[in-house]
Amino acid sequence: MNTLSRKIIMAATGLFLCFFLLIHFLGNTQLFLEPEHARLSFNAYSHFLTGNPLVKMVSYVLYASIIGHAIYALLITAKNKAAGGSYKKDNRGRASKWYSRNMGVLGTIVLIFIVLHFQNFWYVYKFGEIGLDTNGNKDLYAVVVAAFQELWLVVVYVIAMIALCYHLIHGITSGVRTLGLFHPKYVRWVNIVGVVYSVVICVGFAAMPLFIYFTNSK
Amino acid sequence: MKLDAKIPQGSLEDKWSNYKKTARLVNPANRKKLDVIVIGTGLAGSSIAASLGEMGYNVKSFCFQDTPRRAHSVAAQGGVNAAKNYKNDGDSIYRMFVDTLKGGDFRAREANVYRLAECSVNLIDQAVAQGVPFGREYGGYLNNRSFGGVQVSRTFYARGQTGQQLLLGTYQALMRQVDKKTVKLYSSHEMLDLVTIDGKARGVIVRNLETGEIERHAAHAVVLATGGFGKIYYLSTLAMGCNGSAIWRAHKKGAFFASPSWTQIHPTSLPQSGGYQSKLTLMSESLRNDGRIWVPKKADDNRVANDIPEEERDYYLERRYPAFGNLAPRDISSRAAKERIDAGHGVGALKNAVYLDFSKAIREQGQAKIAEKYGNLFTMYEKITGINAYKEPMMISPAAHFSMGGLWVDYELMTTIPGLFALGEANFADHGANRLGANSLLQASVDGYFIAPYTIANYLADQIRVGAIASDDPAFDKAEKEVKDKLDALLAIKGTKTVDYFHKSLGKLLYDYCGLARTKEGLEYAIVEIKKLRDEFYKDVKIPGDSKTMNAELEKAGRVADYLEIGVLMCYDALTREESCGAHFREEYQTEDGEAKRNDEDYQFISAWEWPGSLDAEPILNKEELKFEFVKPTIRSYK
Amino acid sequence: MKLHLKIWRQKDRKSEGKLVDYTLENVNTHMSFLEMLDTLNEELILKDEQPVEFDHDCREGICGQCGVVINGNAHGPLKNTTTCQLHMREFKDGETILIEPFRAAGFPIKKDLKVDRSAFDRIISSGGYVSVNTGQAPEANTIPVSHEVAEAAFDSAACLGCGACVATCKNGSAALFTAAKITQLAILPQSKEERKQRALRMIVQMDEEGFGHCSNTEACEVECPQGISVLNIARMNYEYNRASFLKFKKK
Repeated sequence: MNTLSRKIIMAATGLFLCFFLLIHFLGNTQLFLEPEHARLSFNAYSHFLTGNPLVKMVSYVLYASIIGHAIYALLITAKNKAAGGSYKKDNRGRASKWYSRNMGVLGTIVLIFIVLHFQNFWYVYKFGEIGLDTNGNKDLYAVVVAAFQELWLVVVYVIAMIALCYHLIHGITSGVRTLGLFHPKYVRWVNIVGVVYSVVICVGFAAMPLFIYFTNSK
Repeated sequence: MKLDAKIPQGSLEDKWSNYKKTARLVNPANRKKLDVIVIGTGLAGSSIAASLGEMGYNVKSFCFQDTPRRAHSVAAQGGVNAAKNYKNDGDSIYRMFVDTLKGGDFRAREANVYRLAECSVNLIDQAVAQGVPFGREYGGYLNNRSFGGVQVSRTFYARGQTGQQLLLGTYQALMRQVDKKTVKLYSSHEMLDLVTIDGKARGVIVRNLETGEIERHAAHAVVLATGGFGKIYYLSTLAMGCNGSAIWRAHKKGAFFASPSWTQIHPTSLPQSGGYQSKLTLMSESLRNDGRIWVPKKADDNRVANDIPEEERDYYLERRYPAFGNLAPRDISSRAAKERIDAGHGVGALKNAVYLDFSKAIREQGQAKIAEKYGNLFTMYEKITGINAYKEPMMISPAAHFSMGGLWVDYELMTTIPGLFALGEANFADHGANRLGANSLLQASVDGYFIAPYTIANYLADQIRVGAIASDDPAFDKAEKEVKDKLDALLAIKGTKTVDYFHKSLGKLLYDYCGLARTKEGLEYAIVEIKKLRDEFYKDVKIPGDSKTMNAELEKAGRVADYLEIGVLMCYDALTREESCGAHFREEYQTEDGEAKRNDEDYQFISAWEWPGSLDAEPILNKEELKFEFVKPTIRSYK
Repeated sequence: MKLHLKIWRQKDRKSEGKLVDYTLENVNTHMSFLEMLDTLNEELILKDEQPVEFDHDCREGICGQCGVVINGNAHGPLKNTTTCQLHMREFKDGETILIEPFRAAGFPIKKDLKVDRSAFDRIISSGGYVSVNTGQAPEANTIPVSHEVAEAAFDSAACLGCGACVATCKNGSAALFTAAKITQLAILPQSKEERKQRALRMIVQMDEEGFGHCSNTEACEVECPQGISVLNIARMNYEYNRASFLKFKKK
């Protein structure tokens, strides 16, 4: 497989994950509701997601995307490391943004975060002991609120969201280019939209643990 | 020796088509059995190698640069002429022919010049088809600009990088053939000698510049497209590697060298700023379309340009040559600048420059328009000098640029050695005593695309009977041994002065005595001095390293050793031509108002020099009479 | 001015190289960077040392032969400038300057500061041309090209082939070089016929030469002497995707 094809896989999986983030984000905004309302609505939403076969299919695509994105990132990085030169004095960084050169590092942070995030909620929801709410849905909301009583976890989530934000800012621009958008006007628009999108999503996600931490702390 | 230019019969218009009609051909099946060596990958070299490859010959292409795309054609800025008459301003092949002949001060062959103009139209077609992004009108049709020495707009251009774009077109055509394996490419290889067998060119000895290895290559014909040798002046607009070695070694094997002293001194180069300087950067002549050249009326005026009021500026070209003004031909512009500088009106730190002023053009057309036309040149100027030329005038000065002289060739571009062809700037043919702007890209390309493919085929037609040329012939042994001995001898000197010292000294001598203006006394003095310098070189040059590895100093030494011989021939050439014509200005032969005075009665010929067999003997002059059947030579006036 | 130089010296392709210190007095600020190296070499030769091998030819910023990494930047501190057009006025008296060759897997070092960029030739050879033989061309004005397209094609065609894009790319990617040629020929009407095959072949060749992936960091555009836009790379991606799709459809 040639370099461009590998990059297309990165772009396609990456952009799909970006799209997923939006859905995930929109769903999770329910956490900002008034607590009792939030509990029922959030739990119902979670129940809907686990029950629906279509959503189930999408979730497999999602897992595949995450794994594919990570594996190809490794392949690409290995090749790039071998192909690029290293200098005794290196000032090449002046010509590009730091986050564009460190997508691998940012991506690794995000990946570690994903594992933690799965363990925190997905694993508990699927296999853990979990109570029911008044509607008889698993009370994931309670798990979320309990988890975000831990300050260290909140801090980890916020840091992860910062990493994700920079990863997205470069990833969206780069991915769209890899797919072949070359018209200067549209490229400019995509850049702007990409930055806004990344910031909104990541600030929003980071606000969730913070919101819960501060509204529920005694 | 009687020189036969082999001009075909017929009227001027029919000569080339008559030639093509009767030229011999090679059967397509036989072509792959015929080997051709092409030295040089500029416009002429790449285009002939590509064209021959397309036709099916077995081609080997050599260049000393690390890739063919670096050949110095790449640096031509302004444009390429063609008699397309797209501007409907009265242009025609005939008019272009007359302009070129007149621009060359009637020291070129009518038939060659006419053919150049005739083929010019095909070149534009070819280049466009190759994807060369020439400047376009908004309607999508090709645009033209005007250039020095003519009154029509016939110059096609790709911003200020026309040479680069044309060369890339040709380079790509060449690389296409490399991919098809009809051409084998040898980059970083320098030709060190020509091999002749039974008087015919049969191969070359080259040195692999990376490994130092000496290689033999045999072929049925050898093409030299090695460009000009203006770098002999050390300070010039040429690339550092440009050299006269290939044609000089061919000369010493029997090829006549024509008009070596006719070097065009370009009027719009950046002035020298110090002794460390290695080259003079050219600013395209196209700048003279909108720039006005002036010096302060007062000698030794130390005010900055913008402080000198309009009435105290001397627009000397507009004053002396009102019809052509700032677009007067190069030799005339250069000489006029030298005259003003010598009279104490020069500007800049070393008082060796004149102003090229865009303020009027910027006022009239706006800065944006000027930036669109010359933006890259203004940027380049600022990079080198640190001066913003939109705000104050550029400073320019004359610099050695183009060799009108070169190997003598007949109408078929074949030298006096059968099977040895010289193309582009390496031959002497089409520009007479002065080349018009934007004609060099044209000549190099036309030679390679449209002329040599026919004439080389004509030569090769009976070579099929010869069979493959063996590179173990004693002639190769001998040539290889000579080359190796010469390299070893150079390395063995181990003196105290670097190669550049000798090159700079030679350059200074030539600028002073065989440059813009020449005198009998000066030339005689220079011959003695160059010979002395040559003796010193062989006693005292210091070359580090060995010949078995990459060694840039050794490469330079070989080139300078040849320059020290070419320099003497240049002086003989200038000395024996007791007239002024084009770039050759003998101070003894000028009119009262300082214009060149040609002597058609005694000097209407090409000086073709023959190698006398040793450096101690005087070179032998052969004359090719020039006949003007169609245009009567007139006094060249641009007033 | 006085300069301390640290220059990469390497005997040949196989040898290990190292940085060697030199001190150069009396450097004139109007000198070009290469003239400074000339001056150093002149001194080295007279001191019976080996001069530094470096690539250069036209010394006016167009041939693309020169190119070294100066203080960690391809072609030195100025953006969009070749090494030969860099002048010593950009440096301070007493400054230490580190000079290294362009480094990338696709550019093996030949000696000292000279690198082998023949990979670029092979990329062009694999498809960076229009398949037109000498003499086949139609009259030039039968192919109108709008002013905008001609100018855009020129912007891409202006590439010098110096390799600064590769040297400055953390991945040693030749995407900008390859893309510039693909783009130029994809937008001109006379070369559109072959765009599909051209894109596929040139990209395969680019990979075979050992260049890395493009990460769209855009550093290449900044250091490119001609300022070739990174959007050429996006255009190459488009051409590649288009060609792959059409190839797939044909199957």
